[in-house]
Amino acid sequence: MPLDAEVVRKDFPILETQARGKRLVYLDSASTSQKPRQVIERIVAFYENENANVHRGVYELGERATAAYEGARSACGRFIGAGSHRSIVFTRGTTEAINLVRFAWARSRVHEGDEVLVTEMEHHSNLIPWQLLAHETGATLRHLPIDDAGKLRMDLLEEFITDRTKLVCVSLMSNVLGTINPIRALADAAHSAGALILVDGAQAAPHMRVDVNELDADFFAYSSHKMCGPTGAGVLYAREHLLEEMDPFHGGGEMIREVWPDRATWNEIPYKFEAGTPAVAQAVGMGAAVGYLEGIGIDAVRAHEQQITAYALGRLADAGAIVYGPSDVAERGGTVSFNLGAVHPHDMATIVDQEGVCIRAGHHCAQPLMRRLGVPATARASFYIYNTNEDVDVLMEALDKAKGWFG
Amino acid sequence: MVRLSLEELYKEVILDHYRTPRNKGRLDPHDVMLERNNPLCGDELELYLRFKGDDIEGITFDGKGCSISLASASMMTERVEGLGVKDATALAESIKRMMAGEEEGDPDLIGDLVSLKGVVKYPVRIKCALLGWNTLLEALEEGSGRKPE
Ligand SMILES: Cc1ncc(COP(=O)(O)O)c(C=O)c1O
Repeated sequence: MPLDAEVVRKDFPILETQARGKRLVYLDSASTSQKPRQVIERIVAFYENENANVHRGVYELGERATAAYEGARSACGRFIGAGSHRSIVFTRGTTEAINLVRFAWARSRVHEGDEVLVTEMEHHSNLIPWQLLAHETGATLRHLPIDDAGKLRMDLLEEFITDRTKLVCVSLMSNVLGTINPIRALADAAHSAGALILVDGAQAAPHMRVDVNELDADFFAYSSHKMCGPTGAGVLYAREHLLEEMDPFHGGGEMIREVWPDRATWNEIPYKFEAGTPAVAQAVGMGAAVGYLEGIGIDAVRAHEQQITAYALGRLADAGAIVYGPSDVAERGGTVSFNLGAVHPHDMATIVDQEGVCIRAGHHCAQPLMRRLGVPATARASFYIYNTNEDVDVLMEALDKAKGWFG
Repeated sequence: MVRLSLEELYKEVILDHYRTPRNKGRLDPHDVMLERNNPLCGDELELYLRFKGDDIEGITFDGKGCSISLASASMMTERVEGLGVKDATALAESIKRMMAGEEEGDPDLIGDLVSLKGVVKYPVRIKCALLGWNTLLEALEEGSGRKPE
C-alpha cells in the first residue's frame, strides 16, 4: 500500500506544534527523525508497567522487563534480515557500534603495514575511529574516491582493495550526497582479498529495505533515533562467529560469566558486549519504531521518499540550485544537499527558519567530503515519511525569499 | 535599542558589509596573521594586523563564510583601525559580553556595532558574529608580546 503522508503525519505530535509562529516544516530527519505517538507511548508504557533491570531480577517484573528488551532485540534483528538475536548487540547508536568494532575486533587484528579502507564520503563517525586505529597500530588508512556525481569510483576498487586490506568501512547511504552505495560489490571485493566489511547503515536503515545477508556484511551499524525511535539506542550486527572471537568492549556487570579477583570469563554473545545496565527503555522504544515502520512497510517508505525527492530535485533545479549527489532517485535517498547562488547555507538556514522550516547547514560531519566538493558548507534538506510535496513548496518559497534578500 | 527583525538586520546592517567588505584581503607587511575557523559551520577567517607602537596601524581580513561572520569582521576592522591595543581589547571584550547577553553594550564604546546585537536572537549564529572578534583578541595578545621595533 502506498504511504499517505497526510495520515502518517497525524502520528507525530510534534508536527502539530509551531516554529517561529508558523507551521513546523521539519526537513532534517537525516540528523534525527521525529517520533510517532506509538513509540512515545510504548516507552511510557514500559516505565509504567514493565520497568526493572534486565537479566537480573528473579521476580516476575524483572522477567517482563527482560522480555520487552529481548523482544526489541529480535525486532531489530529481523528489521535488517539478521538470522539470530545472538548477532545483535545493543549500543548507544551507530557511533558506539563502530567504535565497538574498532576496539573489540580491529585493535588486535590490524597491524602495521595493514590497510583499512574508508571512502571519501564517510561521516566522521565512520572515519575518526579508523584514523585513531591507524595512529595507534601503524596501519594505513586509505580513502576510496568519489566521482563528480557523488558516486564511489568502483573502477578503482582493484587498486584500493589489496591483500593488505583488513577492513573496508563504508556507508550504505551517504548523509550528505544521499548516494546509495553498491555494498555487495564492495563486500565481494573485500572478501576475496581476505578482508571484512563494516557497513554504516545509519542513513539507510530508516529509509530502505536492508538485508545483511544479501549485502554480505560482516558488521552493520544503525541508530534508533534516525528511524522514529528514541535517542540512546542503536545496534551493531555482526556475524556470530566474529562476535564469538572478538575481545570484550567495555568491562563491567552483565558481560561476565565468572569473576575472580584477577581475571574473568565472558558471558555468551551478544551479552559479552553489553556491560552495565543497558538503555532498556530506549531499546524497547527502538523495537517499537521497527514495528511502526514495518506497519507502514519499508518499501512504501522508500517509494514515498523517491517521489518527494524527485519533486524536490526538480524544484531545486528550476531555482538554479547546485545539488550534490546523484540526480537519479533510484540511486539515492531523500537527503538533498545543495547551494543556492550567493546565499551562504548558514544564512539560508536562518532565513528559512523564519518560515518555520528546519534545514541543516554546515559540513554535516563530513569535512573531508566538503573539501572534495570544494565547498565550505552546504544546505541540506532531508525527507521522511511525514513530509509532503507541500513541505517542499514551503521550503522553495522560503529559499526564494533568501535569494531575494541577497539578490 | 530597537529590535531589528531578521530582514532589517540583514538589509540594514549585514548585507552592506557582506557585499562591500571593508579592509578585505592580505595586509603586507603585517606583524601578526592568524587563521581561525568556526568548525561548526566551516566559516574560515584570516586576520592580518600591523602595529605602530601600541596602536593598530593596519588591519585586514580574508576568508570564506556566512554573511554574519564576514560582515562582523568587516565592521570590526573598520572600527578598530587606529585604536590602541588596550582600547581594542576592551572593545572586543565588551562586544563579547554584549553578544552573551551579559551587558546592553555601552553606546559610547560600541557605537554602530550595537546593531550586531540583532544576532543575539539567533543563538547558533552568535559564534559566526564573534569569529572575527575572538580572532582579534588572540591576535592582540600575540601582537602585544612581539618585540618592540
Ligand atoms: C552516515 C552516518 N553515520 C553515522 C552517524 C552517527 O550516528 P549516531 O550519531 O546516531 O551515532 C550518522 C548520524 O549523523 C550518519 O549520518
